[in-house]
Amino acid sequence: MVNITIDNQQVSVPEGTTVLDAAKQANIKIPTLCYLHLEKSNFLNNVASCRICVVEVEGRRNLPPACATPVTEGMKITTNSKRVLSSRRKNLELILSNHPFNCLICAKSTDCELQTLAWEFGINTQRYRGERATHEIDKSSGALKRDPEKCIMCRRCEVMCNEVQTVGALTAFGRGFNTVVAPAEKKPLIESPCVYCGQCVSVCPTAALTGVGYISEVWDALFNPKKKVVVQVAPAVRVAIGEEFGMQPGQIVTGKLAAALRRIGFDGVFDTTFGADLTVIEEGREIMDRLKSGKNLPILTSCCPGWINFINYHFPTLKYMPSTCKSPQQMTGAIAKNYYAKKMGIDPKDMVVVSVMPCIAKKYEAALPYESTHGIPDVDYSITTRELAKMLKEGSVDLKNMPEETFDDPLGESTGAGVIFGATGGVLEAALRTVYEKYTGKTLEDVNFMAVRGTQGIREASIQINGRTVNVAALSGLGNARKVLEKIVKGEAHYDIIEIMACPSGCVNGGGQPYCHDRDEVIEQRIRGLYHIDRNQAIRKSHENPSIQKLYQEYLGEAGSHLAHELLHVESHN
Amino acid sequence: MSDSVKNSPCCDLTGHPSFQQLDSYIDALKIDKESPRRKDTLIQTLHYAQNLFGYLPDVVQMHIAKRYGIPHADVSGVVSFYNYFTTTPKGKIQISVCLGTACYVNGADKVLQEFEQVLGIKSGQVSEDGKFSIESLRCVGACGLAPVVTINQKVYGKMKPGKVREILEDFLVEHSEKEEAVNA
Amino acid sequence: MPKITSYEKLLECYKEYQPLLHTRKDGAAHVDTKTVLICGGTGCQSSDSLHILAEFNRLIAEKHLEGKVEASITGCFGFCEKGPIVKVFPDNTFYVQVTPADVLEIVEQDLIKGQRVTRLLYEEPNKKEKVAASEDIPFYKLQKRVALRNCGFINPEKIEEYIANAGYQALGRALTQMTPAQVIDEVKRSGLRGRGGAGFSTGKKWEFASMYESEEKFVICNADEGDPGAFMDRSIMEGDAHSVIEGMALAGYAIGAHQGYVYIRAEYPLAVNRLKIALIQAREHGLLGEHILGTNFNFDIDIRLGAGAFVCGEETALIHSVEGGRGEPRNKPPFPAQSGLWEKPTIVNNVETLANIPILFQEGAAKFAELGSQTSKGTKVFALAGKVNNVGLVEVPMGTPLRKIIYDIGGGIRGGANFKAAQTGGPSGGCIPAQFLDTPIDYESLMSIGSMMGSGGMIVLNDHDCMVNIARFYLEFTVEESCGRCAPCRIGNKRMLEILTDITEGRGTEADLRELKELSQTITDTSLCGLGQTAPNPVISTMKYFWDEYEAHVKEKRCPAGVCQKLLKYEIDPAKCIGCTACARGCPVSCISGSAKQPHVIDQTRCIKCGACMTKCRFGAISRN
Ligand SMILES: Cc1cc2nc3c(=O)[nH]c(=O)nc-3n(C[C@H](O)[C@H](O)[C@H](O)COP(=O)(O)O)c2cc1C
Ligand code: SF4
Ligand code: SF4
Ligand code: SF4
Ligand code: SF4
Ligand code: SF4
Ligand code: SF4
Ligand code: SF4
Ligand code: SF4
Ligand code: FES
Ligand code: FES
Ligand code: FES
Repeated sequence: MVNITIDNQQVSVPEGTTVLDAAKQANIKIPTLCYLHLEKSNFLNNVASCRICVVEVEGRRNLPPACATPVTEGMKITTNSKRVLSSRRKNLELILSNHPFNCLICAKSTDCELQTLAWEFGINTQRYRGERATHEIDKSSGALKRDPEKCIMCRRCEVMCNEVQTVGALTAFGRGFNTVVAPAEKKPLIESPCVYCGQCVSVCPTAALTGVGYISEVWDALFNPKKKVVVQVAPAVRVAIGEEFGMQPGQIVTGKLAAALRRIGFDGVFDTTFGADLTVIEEGREIMDRLKSGKNLPILTSCCPGWINFINYHFPTLKYMPSTCKSPQQMTGAIAKNYYAKKMGIDPKDMVVVSVMPCIAKKYEAALPYESTHGIPDVDYSITTRELAKMLKEGSVDLKNMPEETFDDPLGESTGAGVIFGATGGVLEAALRTVYEKYTGKTLEDVNFMAVRGTQGIREASIQINGRTVNVAALSGLGNARKVLEKIVKGEAHYDIIEIMACPSGCVNGGGQPYCHDRDEVIEQRIRGLYHIDRNQAIRKSHENPSIQKLYQEYLGEAGSHLAHELLHVESHN
Repeated sequence: MSDSVKNSPCCDLTGHPSFQQLDSYIDALKIDKESPRRKDTLIQTLHYAQNLFGYLPDVVQMHIAKRYGIPHADVSGVVSFYNYFTTTPKGKIQISVCLGTACYVNGADKVLQEFEQVLGIKSGQVSEDGKFSIESLRCVGACGLAPVVTINQKVYGKMKPGKVREILEDFLVEHSEKEEAVNA
Repeated sequence: MPKITSYEKLLECYKEYQPLLHTRKDGAAHVDTKTVLICGGTGCQSSDSLHILAEFNRLIAEKHLEGKVEASITGCFGFCEKGPIVKVFPDNTFYVQVTPADVLEIVEQDLIKGQRVTRLLYEEPNKKEKVAASEDIPFYKLQKRVALRNCGFINPEKIEEYIANAGYQALGRALTQMTPAQVIDEVKRSGLRGRGGAGFSTGKKWEFASMYESEEKFVICNADEGDPGAFMDRSIMEGDAHSVIEGMALAGYAIGAHQGYVYIRAEYPLAVNRLKIALIQAREHGLLGEHILGTNFNFDIDIRLGAGAFVCGEETALIHSVEGGRGEPRNKPPFPAQSGLWEKPTIVNNVETLANIPILFQEGAAKFAELGSQTSKGTKVFALAGKVNNVGLVEVPMGTPLRKIIYDIGGGIRGGANFKAAQTGGPSGGCIPAQFLDTPIDYESLMSIGSMMGSGGMIVLNDHDCMVNIARFYLEFTVEESCGRCAPCRIGNKRMLEILTDITEGRGTEADLRELKELSQTITDTSLCGLGQTAPNPVISTMKYFWDEYEAHVKEKRCPAGVCQKLLKYEIDPAKCIGCTACARGCPVSCISGSAKQPHVIDQTRCIKCGACMTKCRFGAISRN
């Protein structure tokens, strides 16, 4: 233990503790801007670039940053002297002097760490009026928007992309005043290896990185009398969107959400969870085929487009491994525009499918040319949880006080298995519930596969199915995926089924979710919400979903049928 | 890592003689793509490549990234950090005016202005015919001869605005002699 | 080349190679052979010194002087301004500004007849007298050459000459007779402090690195020499790379490292080349590599080239650059001695620091510490430049007063103008006004008067230099060289520069002056690395000592030194103007009007203050204020 004095309080902390954390113990909250530590994502940004957290240390000539300075025995720290406060303020004013002052028209307003800090400091004047660096806005991907003029060079995105996700899409480019975080050679993001996982968006303190918005397109569709506009909501949305309306993280708002969507004019209110169940059936079939033949193992899940982009770019030799299934978003869209539209007598061309996703990559996926059926895209607009919250607010909807309603049939019925898709390990667990029963013909008594739950990046289990040991793993975060894939390439790891989610902890922590800033306990609360739904669901196995059964009877035939392939699978994922 | 590298977009330039030269240079470095230290020779390789190609265009950067098993962004971040590296071709005749302190206080800014005036291009630019480029640099260590100008590595000391035309002409004569020799 | 396999063998080589230097050593006057050393440094090579060497060799052959005269290149004499320099031993005759055409005369007169060629001798600028021998030239007479001992004395491309001058003996003795702890102790006792800027105790630094347990450790020589206007490290690398190599090997032995790197700027191709040659020779002689001098100590050195980034002189940035990344510094602690290159214990030392190491061991710590001041031991090399008569490298004991350097060694202010200030420490340093000319300079004294030792750049400024503009010049440099990582430096220095530009262009206000002070404080206090932390120094020190100049710019919109173009005003005195029209014809923007034989007038609104008219007027009718 190290003994120190902070603002005249004696504190004892373990060696290696930063001044920032030591101060926290003494109930002193030193303001920060660039620093961010997310334990669950294994993310630490301590490059100490903003110099907002500086403190005075007796005997030191200058003011060291609390976030990156370890305590030493006998250290005497002052966190609020005149010199400290005026330096912090000056540094903030300097940062602001190179920042557009247009909060009113900024996507991040009221949720922006820079804005909040400026407000907390009571910044009341634009002190410096020198040159502002100019950079172009990049919306080339249709998914992720870069507005580098709003970048404060905290470097969080770089750490996220390069170290946590190991994608390597971003770098600091240039130097000095014009340094900017950008893809190689400042080229448009679409030309970079970016997989649109959106994790950089989650950690960006400002609006320098956000999603490309489609709110106005969706309103236009809703107000277009010629269009039949249906919406589908991903599992992870229902345990997060409440946060935008003052509810607790993890609070389940499924019923309220269905009502709310109806209020703003959607003609059909569907559940992506239906598509998740469908995925389980189709993918389960593939799993069984491959397990039986022993070929092309392991099978990798394909419901996360961020991850699919990753394997395409970084491990092309393994491209045969992912399941050929489309993602639940695309399956739900395809079924809506074909099965449902036919049923309702709607021309698919007149139907608009909007999906509400926790995700940035889904925007990219929805726009892919091959994610379509007979040339008609399965999904027209993919918006994020955050975007939907804004739409509801604009559309006079108070989510908190909505009545509980249900999703529309038939694409509204779902199971507990489909719901847990929103958390890492959920896809795998859902698949196991179905595969076990189909493969063995026996009833699965305990549907809870606890070994694959949790937030550690790599979870493994061995399951006995019909006397065969099936080795499975659930990976979240692309850095973890890389580790395992590299072993597979080298022949050092042998698995049968692997679920991979690009976002650490899965979709609950997607790049389109309400920002949780440094409170990563929020993620766990959302996960708990999903498993809560699962636990209380009457049906917890996808193949028992009556609407799905009916869909096969009426329309698709059997899993893996010709029609199923046409609608629900892709030749290959690129 | 090996896989990720194969897929980095890079047009097939392996047949190009300069690329072959670059490749044999990199081969000799025996880069271990698994090693976390594999980047340690990156800057030398970039120097080598720039000498070879005159600049470091995208394809060269991507090729190097691939050979090192690192993202293009990494290479680009490095290239854009250092003044020495350029991603656009410079003039055949590169004029660098030292604006280090010793040269500056002895009127190097006036020398630079004169070069700009005579050649009709600004510092940092290349003449339209691609023949000349002017830039400023900070000290070549010949401060005793301030102000100092280098033309394609040749150092000219004790410069004066009045001497600009003269040394340009001298250099051109030498340069064309060399070219003739090469052509012959 | 046979490997030298033991310390004893090294001493034998030393004896064997002695004759190589016999014309050059003190008391060699009786020797009847002569040695001609031609400077092969960057400066002199740029004015054709290699051609001079070739000419000597040609004439030596032609006149059958082989065996009697030997011509050879050497490193920079530090007097590049007077180059190309040719020195003839044993008489120490010092010829300056020699051209290939002069060689014949030197050969015939001096080498054959033994008569010095007077017209090529150095002329004392104040007395207008020719001085023949280098030891009589004031520029050299008052210097004490320790770090530069071999520059201009040996042929840097011949390891034999380095060995003949007792080279590698310090290493040999340390490896065979001293423990690493004793080596560190010796360095500590010498009081040697880092010559790269901060002046940290070299012995202590080595000690820290030796304390950390690690399988791997590294020694890095910082040869980035980013301070513009400074060239002592270049000279040492060009003239005496073996000293640096030997110093690094000693450091390696002391801390337990087996690998060294020299990080050298790409702008110094000649130094890189000399270093490469030296490394090859050292390896061939068994002075680098495995089992050095037959001992169990292994140590080798690789070169890493910089690529034009001043900040890479900062040690953590340098380490990132050696690793192949962007040269961005990181927050300290941990210091490199604990976690440096690839997170292993690493020491980073400056070229000059390392060049002091072998001699420190040869002569002993006590002898080394005899020179210098209370807190700063040994000598320091300064790169004296700017408005001074003798521009060049000056090595003096620490504690030498500024006046002695500038007036006695430097020969005073050029062109008879008045001394205004000496800028030391480069972009991190400050300007020292006349009132401190008698301050004995060492690390502490410079700090106390608001400047820095830095790496040893010393730029002399006179009446015609505007101090606000000088501050602006340095800020422009830091803004260009800032790595951009931290906010105070990336944005703060930019804002400072904008304000200074406003002031020099007539838009400054008194509020700006207050803002400059406040910004300086914050940037100094909160920047991440030394670059930002010291960037405001040129502003702080010029504001402190030349406040009146700032006020003149801001309040009167006047540049007292007549430098800031936008504040100048060109006017034609109608009484003196005879209407010759020369000025009007020379004005690039045609803003002078008047008919022939009538007084002309300048349209002030259009004048771009280029000054062309003033040089055109032969009647002194145009004035500038
Ligand atoms: C911006 C900056 C530039 C520097 N440039 C150099 C340099 O060019 N050469 C050098 O030896 N030290 C330079 N230093 C100092 C080094 O960081 C380091 O202190 C030094 O190399 C240590 O060696 P020494 O103890 O032998 O002086 C620089 C420091 C800063 C902050
Ligand atoms: S990023 Fe933040 S501070 Fe900047 S304009 Fe947007 S809300 Fe305002
Ligand atoms: S915050 Fe201030 S400026 Fe912005 S909308 Fe409200 S009142 Fe207007
Ligand atoms: S979206 Fe993901 S892959 Fe793309 S830049 Fe951000 S972190 Fe990197
Ligand atoms: S883009 Fe955002 S996360 Fe990245 S450095 Fe800029 S402000 Fe930080
Ligand atoms: S884990 Fe979920 S939110 Fe994240 S990229 Fe994949 S699908 Fe999107
Ligand atoms: S002080 Fe300047 S050079 Fe140093 S880290 Fe900060 S921005 Fe980079
Ligand atoms: S200073 Fe230049 S622009 Fe002004 S009048 Fe004279 S020649 Fe013309
Ligand atoms: S050059 Fe002098 S004398 Fe001639 S017109 Fe101009 S000001 Fe008058
Ligand atoms: S929060 Fe510590 S420097 Fe930015
Ligand atoms: S300042 Fe110009 S060469 Fe050094
Ligand atoms: S280069 Fe010849 S004296 Fe310096």
